[in-house]
Amino acid sequence: MASAPAVAAKGDTRRRLGWAPYALLAPSLVYLAVFFALPMVNAFGLAFQSEAGGYSLEPVRRMLGDGRFGDALRTTLLLVVIIVPIQFAVAMSMALVVNARLRGTDLWLYIFALPLGISELAAGIVWFSIFTEQGWLNSFLTQLGVLDRPFIFLNYQRPVLLILTIVVAEAWRATSIIMVILVAGLQGIPRDYLEAADVFGATPWQRVRHVILPLLRPSIRVALILRTILAFQVFATVIALAGSATNVLAGEAYRWYQNLRDARVAAAYATLILILSVASTVLFLLLLPTEEDRSA
Amino acid sequence: MGGRWPYGLTSVSLTRRQALQLAAGAAALGLTGCAPSAREATEEQSEGSLVLISTQFQPVQEAEKMRSAVLAEFGRKVEFLGEEQGPFEDRIRAEAQAGKGSVAVIGGQHGDLVGLAADGLLTDLSDLTQELSGRGFNPDYLELAKVGGDAPVYIPWAQASYLMVARKEAVGLLPQGADVDSLTYDQLAAWGQRIQQEQGSRRLGFPAGEMGLLHRFFQGHSYPSFTGALNTQFASAGAERMWQWMRDAWALANPQSTGYAFMQEPLQAGEVWVAWDHQARLIEALRASADDFVAFPSPTGPEGLGFMPVLTGLAIPKTAPDPDGAKDLIRYLTDPKQTATVARELGFFPPTATQQLPEDLDAGIRAEADAIAAQSTSQDAVASLLPVGLRDQSNPYNDVFRTTFDGIVLKDGDIGPVLAAKAKELQSVLDAVKAPCWQPDPESSGTCKVG
Repeated sequence: MASAPAVAAKGDTRRRLGWAPYALLAPSLVYLAVFFALPMVNAFGLAFQSEAGGYSLEPVRRMLGDGRFGDALRTTLLLVVIIVPIQFAVAMSMALVVNARLRGTDLWLYIFALPLGISELAAGIVWFSIFTEQGWLNSFLTQLGVLDRPFIFLNYQRPVLLILTIVVAEAWRATSIIMVILVAGLQGIPRDYLEAADVFGATPWQRVRHVILPLLRPSIRVALILRTILAFQVFATVIALAGSATNVLAGEAYRWYQNLRDARVAAAYATLILILSVASTVLFLLLLPTEEDRSA
Repeated sequence: MGGRWPYGLTSVSLTRRQALQLAAGAAALGLTGCAPSAREATEEQSEGSLVLISTQFQPVQEAEKMRSAVLAEFGRKVEFLGEEQGPFEDRIRAEAQAGKGSVAVIGGQHGDLVGLAADGLLTDLSDLTQELSGRGFNPDYLELAKVGGDAPVYIPWAQASYLMVARKEAVGLLPQGADVDSLTYDQLAAWGQRIQQEQGSRRLGFPAGEMGLLHRFFQGHSYPSFTGALNTQFASAGAERMWQWMRDAWALANPQSTGYAFMQEPLQAGEVWVAWDHQARLIEALRASADDFVAFPSPTGPEGLGFMPVLTGLAIPKTAPDPDGAKDLIRYLTDPKQTATVARELGFFPPTATQQLPEDLDAGIRAEADAIAAQSTSQDAVASLLPVGLRDQSNPYNDVFRTTFDGIVLKDGDIGPVLAAKAKELQSVLDAVKAPCWQPDPESSGTCKVG
């Protein structure tokens, strides 16, 4: 609970600023409303619409009854569960390296951030050229003498391997976005805390565990939410690496809209992705409360 | 506090951090909620420029060749836009509804134009057809261009087909008694088997990737070859034999085939030694090293050599902003000089009755042209049309074939039950648009009945 003088002070600030903050917020709010909220609401409506335009559960029923639904849901959840923790661990290490202010920190940051500039599909194609039968990885391994003939990684009969290649490609492509958020968070941690920890003889691991991680919690939360939501939308990497051998929710939404020309079932898939995204967001908010949340 | 999250939009007392979370969340959620339909061309209709949208030559390199090589010498600026069949039709329909259009000319396969023609959205091109009669168009194509009516609604633009290409080293491994120019389906499988035995790898290849054209293999090649028909024999005994063949052949195909879209790439890389695909998706292999590859006709089955010629045409929507300019553009594009450029650059041939190919044609394109000529003039050829009259159901129609393949071949389902279930799906697709049968199925009085 905030105390009474604090509330009064807040009121003063509001009066002094007048309408200015709202005017500054307005453009982005309008943008979000028109380009995100409105299509979202429309898609939600479409997912529960009959062909005639009335309310109906038919699109949802068709989605659930589709032969590829189970596979798509399973693969998507599997990818999220594998990708997010791996990326988080790697991004955290990368962020600590960058933040350690070693010689050439800037160079590390640029190298780490490189995949950020590459589109999902382009990244998928790059990794396809690595994993394909006559690709870079096989050439490398056969030249080293590890393999005597190329090994087929992208084999529909080895779904686990196929998923691992997608995990590797996704980890390479999207780890840096988490890293950037974490680096920003790390740089906001006052050095006094770390110096205090040093004074009390903390080991590097203790510093990470008891000083950095707790103070980094808000950034970690944002990074995890963002990455999880994006992982639910994974699409182009899967298409590029696995083609028709595996399917994910976003791919099914595309297939129903583009190939099967049924925007309603596509919207049902989009709505499912939305629900999963919101659920994971709520989960992260509950699991990782900040100090502010606790005091509120 | 966590529970307040969904109401964040209405709350004004956000901390900066909350606002950041909200923006990130909303941005990501918005992406999932947004239907992927926002690919509208926004270029202004500037004075003197014409908009040409086409379901053909969509891939980036092909579109670039259209712009830089084919359209370059037309006196006016042309905005060339490649578009998928669905959005392509949607756009013309939307312009017709609005009563005002920006698209001058549309290019598509016969099947892409049928639906628009049936709804009376395309201009009668009798006068232009008459005027261009000296171009030597195949009379069958001019008949097709009437789309079942009295007047032609498009002008033939280019033709193409599907064929097979193999690496030279595979030819030495042909099974005994097999001739590459008159292969049977069984010999093709035996060939794959022998390559596997000698090389230790599965070297047949099919374009079974998400963007591949495997469904056309079933529709235009394997079904007609095994059954002499398509929809009317979808679940017949001949069809069961065909799927059994497919299952056997797939076991000899590179398991990466589920990712292949254009077979030219795995052929060039040596991942695949023998492949079937659309001529435009094989041409780069032949063009890069015609000496290393052979092009040859599709195989022959118990009912003949099924093959699917693809006719593309140019039409003018009734809402076209500048009909005279549009006609000029069609005159230009169907001129032998431009159709030769299309053959040279894009690997689609002129839609003429006799093979009219430029002298200076690349050896690879020449090889394809010869194989296709052999295919279409073969004694037991069974020509199929691309699906006709399916309108917005053409992708769902293709999807039935793809999911049948998934069910029987990838998931190893029992052929009979899978075909029985898929036959029902196929029938409901045909029923949805009341599509009559098309070649090679016999003519039907009403909606085509799946057999």
